Amino acid sequence: MSNIPLPLEKKSSSKAVELINLTHCYNSYPAVDHLSFEIKSGTIFGLIGPNGAGKSTTIKMLTTLLPATSGDARINGYSINSNPAQVRQCIGYVPQLISADGELTGYENLLLSAKLYGLSSGYREKSIHDVLEFMNLSDVKDKLVNSYSGGMIRRLEISQALVHDPAVLFLDEPTVGLDPAARKMLWKHIRELNKEKGMTILMTTHDMNEADALCDVVALLHLGKIVVMDTPHKLKTALGPKATLDDVFILHTGSSLKETEDYQHVKQTRTTISNL
Amino acid sequence: MLSKPERLSQIYNEFALTFVQISAIVEMDVRKLRHDPSELFTRMLQPAIWLLIFGQAMAKTKAIPTGSLSYLDFIAPGILAQSILFISIFFGIALIWERDMGILQKILVSPAPRSVLVIGRAIAAGIRGISQIFIIYFLSFLLDIHLRWDLLALIGVFLTVMLGGAIFSTFSLIIASIVKKRERFLGIGQILTMPLFFASNALYPIEMMPKWLQVISFMNPLTYQVDALRNFMITDQATSIGLFIDFMVGFFVFAILVVIATRTYPKILY
Repeated sequence: MSNIPLPLEKKSSSKAVELINLTHCYNSYPAVDHLSFEIKSGTIFGLIGPNGAGKSTTIKMLTTLLPATSGDARINGYSINSNPAQVRQCIGYVPQLISADGELTGYENLLLSAKLYGLSSGYREKSIHDVLEFMNLSDVKDKLVNSYSGGMIRRLEISQALVHDPAVLFLDEPTVGLDPAARKMLWKHIRELNKEKGMTILMTTHDMNEADALCDVVALLHLGKIVVMDTPHKLKTALGPKATLDDVFILHTGSSLKETEDYQHVKQTRTTISNL
Repeated sequence: MLSKPERLSQIYNEFALTFVQISAIVEMDVRKLRHDPSELFTRMLQPAIWLLIFGQAMAKTKAIPTGSLSYLDFIAPGILAQSILFISIFFGIALIWERDMGILQKILVSPAPRSVLVIGRAIAAGIRGISQIFIIYFLSFLLDIHLRWDLLALIGVFLTVMLGGAIFSTFSLIIASIVKKRERFLGIGQILTMPLFFASNALYPIEMMPKWLQVISFMNPLTYQVDALRNFMITDQATSIGLFIDFMVGFFVFAILVVIATRTYPKILY
C-alpha cells in the first residue's frame, strides 16, 4: 500500500477561502443570498448569527455536503462546484452533531478517517499518533468512544478532522454542550492549531464570548446576508467603550440571542448535549 | 501527457486507494461486531423459528409438492435467503441513524467517492449475513437435512449470501435516502419484505403459483438467490434456473442498485 498517494499538495494562496456570490435556495427562498467574502490563510474566522441566518447552509456548501444553487466558493484554490474531490481532500470538518462513532474506539475512528483520506500505511500510523498526542487522547485511544466524556469526544472529532493535515478546518458550534473546563481546553487546542500549524479555521458559534476570545475576524450573518464583518475589537469599539459582541449581535439582527432559538435548533442542540 | 508506465502506475494507485477505502468501511463494521456481537445472536432466533416450527409443521402436512426433496430440505435454503433479506432490508436504518448522529456528514466530507461508500456498506451487509449460514447449517444438521459439505458448495453458499446481502442492503440504502425518516423507513421496510419473500421460491415451488405471481417471482432477485442456494446447499439438487443466470441476474441488479444508490446516498442530508 506504499504507493497510495499522500494528501493533496496544498496550493499556496493567501486566500484560504473565497466565496463568490454563493447562494442556496430552499425552494425559492434564499437561505444564503449571494455571499461574497474572503478568509485569509492562518485566520480564525467566526460566522455568527441567529438561527435561520444561513450559517449551517453556508458551511454545508463549503464542505461540499450541499450543492450551491448559484455562485461558487474556492477552498485553498479549488472550486466547490468543479473540484469537490480536491476540496474534500484539503478540508477538515467537525459537525455540531456527534460525528465520532461510539461503537468504535478512538483509534479505530481515526483509522477510518485516515484510510478514507487515502493516507499511505506508514504515514497513517504516524499521523494518528501525532493527532492523539496533540489532543491529549493517547491514553484513551483503545477505549470505546461511548465511554468518553463530552470534551474527549469533541477532541477526538477534531483529531479525526486533522488526521490528513487539512489546510482549512470547519468547526460547527464546537463547544455546544461542553462544561466550562472542557470548553476552555478546546479553546486552547483551537488556538494552538492556528498558531503552531498556521491552520485556517472557520467556525460557527452562538457563544459571543467564544467568538470574542477566539476569532480574528467575525462575520454576522442575518437572513442569508453578511450584515457586518470585522475584528471583534473593531465591532465592539464602533458601538462604544463598554459594548460587547452581544450588543453588536442585537443591534444588527434586531433580536436577542435567546429569542432566535427555533424548534429545530433547540432539538438539535439538546440531542448533541444529551449525546455528549 | 503521461507515459504508459506512469499511466499504469496511476491506475494502480487509484485501484489501491479504492481498495483501501472500501476495506476501511468493511473493517469498521466488522470491528463493531467484534466489540458487540450480541446482534448476531439475536438474529439467529428468527430462522430458528421458521425452520423448527413452520418447517416441521408444514413438512408433516405434505401439502407442498417438492418432488424428491423433503420439505425441510426444500425450505432450508429459502430460510437462509429470507434471513439475509430481513437483515439487509433494514440496513438502511443505520444510514438514517448515522445521519442523525452526524457520523454520515463526516464520512461524506471525505474524498472517498460515493460509490466506494455504497460498495463498502454492501460488502459489510454481506459479511453480517454470513453469520446466518452457521445457524442454518447447525439447525439443518440437527434436523437431518441433506446438506452438501464439499468446499465448492460452501464457497458457493458464501458468495450467494454475500451477493444477496449486498443487493438488499443497497436497495435499503436507496429507500433510506429517499424516505429520510426512521418511522417511514420501518413502515416501508415491512411492506417490502413480505411481498419479496412470498413472491419467491423460498417456501414453495414457482410452479405452484398463479401465472401472474410467477411473472413477479421471476422479477424478484430473491428467487435467483434461493435457486443458487438450493443447488449449493442440498445434495443432488440441480438449479431450476441455472447458476450462471442466477449470478448474472444478481450482479446485474447489484450494479444497477449501486449506480442509483451512489446518486441518492448524499441526498439523505437535504
